[in-house]
Formats: sequence, structure tokens, C-alpha cells
Amino acid sequence: MILSFDNAFGVHTRALSLYAQRSSVLASNLANADTPDYKARDIDFRSALGQAEAGLGKARHLQATHEKHFGVSGNEGDWSAETLYRTPLQPSLDGNTVDVQVEQAAFTDNAMRYMASLRFVTGRVQGLMTALRGE
Amino acid sequence: MSLLGNFDIAGSALSAQTVRLNTVASNLANAETVSGSAEDTYRARMPQFETIFNDAMTGSGDSASMGVQVRQVLESEAAPRQQYQPEHPMADEQGYIWLPNVNAVEEMANMISASRSYQSNVEVMNTSKQLLMRVLSLGQ
Repeated sequence: MILSFDNAFGVHTRALSLYAQRSSVLASNLANADTPDYKARDIDFRSALGQAEAGLGKARHLQATHEKHFGVSGNEGDWSAETLYRTPLQPSLDGNTVDVQVEQAAFTDNAMRYMASLRFVTGRVQGLMTALRGE
Repeated sequence: MSLLGNFDIAGSALSAQTVRLNTVASNLANAETVSGSAEDTYRARMPQFETIFNDAMTGSGDSASMGVQVRQVLESEAAPRQQYQPEHPMADEQGYIWLPNVNAVEEMANMISASRSYQSNVEVMNTSKQLLMRVLSLGQ
């Protein structure tokens, strides 16, 4: 068995990055809960993780092929999931579609999943440390 | 790292909600401010929120983070209250004084809504902080 950090952490490195990104989207929804015409957004986690696993996410970034091109965001291996708009259950009269309770529940759920992935990573790190010490 | 970006987002919402609470406070404080003419009367103020598109906020093309800011503070168009009180020192020739168009019930509802939004954004900050602290203690 070859020890490789990429393989050791499995899907969790990508999952953690995606959870962090989703938490930003949900935080934006909560921040804009009183903004007229703001539309609540979210990430389709399953398909985003699938794309990240397949390495398709990279293709979405623009490539700077000329020295005079503007800098593009995101470095190698960085990818961002596509944000989609929520289907509103009860939109406000001012055009806002944020449902604060739904967003809070989703944010907490996302945070717990982040913690869970982090717990797995911590376990792997401890396992590797045990293997390295050979005690 | 997008978890750190959560502090910018929630922070922008905190300052926007603070402006909203400020306008509520000044509306309630001036609810009984008397003046001698309709033009000089205090008018209820309310902030108008707008989304900050991330380019201005973080300088990155990260489409995930969108904060909020106060675009402008609007004054209510409602007519000020007119009261017949000829003995009042500020009364006009016809004996009327003018009172602001502040609706106390509306202001209280606004205050509760602002404070709830403030709370939920503080909660976002707290959760993000906990997650980051867990990341920092990774592998220990």
C-alpha cells in the first residue's frame, strides 16, 4: 500500500471545500433576508461533488492564454460549483425569496456535515500518525 | 477560503441591520417632534438594502459570496399629521402644528425584524468560527 495524502483523505477534501462554498451561499441568503428582489440560491451538492470527483469542475474556469488577458479567479485544482436558484415556496411582495427558517436549517445541516467530514479527516490523520510512529 | 468569506458576508449584514435599527431609533425618538410647517416636519426614515456583488467585496470572481449594503436612506412620503393647537408657540397663522408621519407600531415591528436578522447573522458567524477552529485543531 502506497501512502498518499490525496488518497488517504478520500472524498473528504473535496467535500470539505464544497461544504465551505455552500456555507457561503447560505450565509449570503441569510444576509440578504431583507433585501428587495434578492433570490435565494443553493448548490446541488450531489452533482457538484460528482463533477469535482470526475475533475470536470476545472473546465469551468477560464484559461488565460495571453499575457494581456485579465487574471482569472481560482488557481489550479480549484473549482467552484454552479449556484442555482431556489424554487420559492412563499415569495415576499418585494420580490425576495429567502425563507429564513429554511436557510437556517440548511446552514446548520451543512455545518454538521462539515464537522462530520472533518472528523473523518482527523481520524485519518491520527491513523497516519500512528503508522508513522510505529509504536 | 470561503469559510473566512462568511465573516465578510455576515459582517455586511450586521452593519446594514445596525443602520436599520438606527433609523428606527431616530424615528421613535422624533415621533413627537413638533414643527411649524409641513416642510420642516421630520419624516420617517427607512434604509433600502441592496446586494453587494462579490467583485466589489472580495475582488475575486467567487460567485458564492454576496453581502448586503444600504443603498440609501429613504424618507417616508406619507403626509405629516396636522393638529389644531393655536396656543402652541410653534403654531402657524391658522393655529396648526405639524407632527411627524412616524407610525410607532410599524417601527416596533421593524425593530423586531431587524433584531431577528441581526441574531441569525451572528449565529452564522459563530458557526463559521467553530468550524474554522475545528480545522485549526486538525490532527491533534
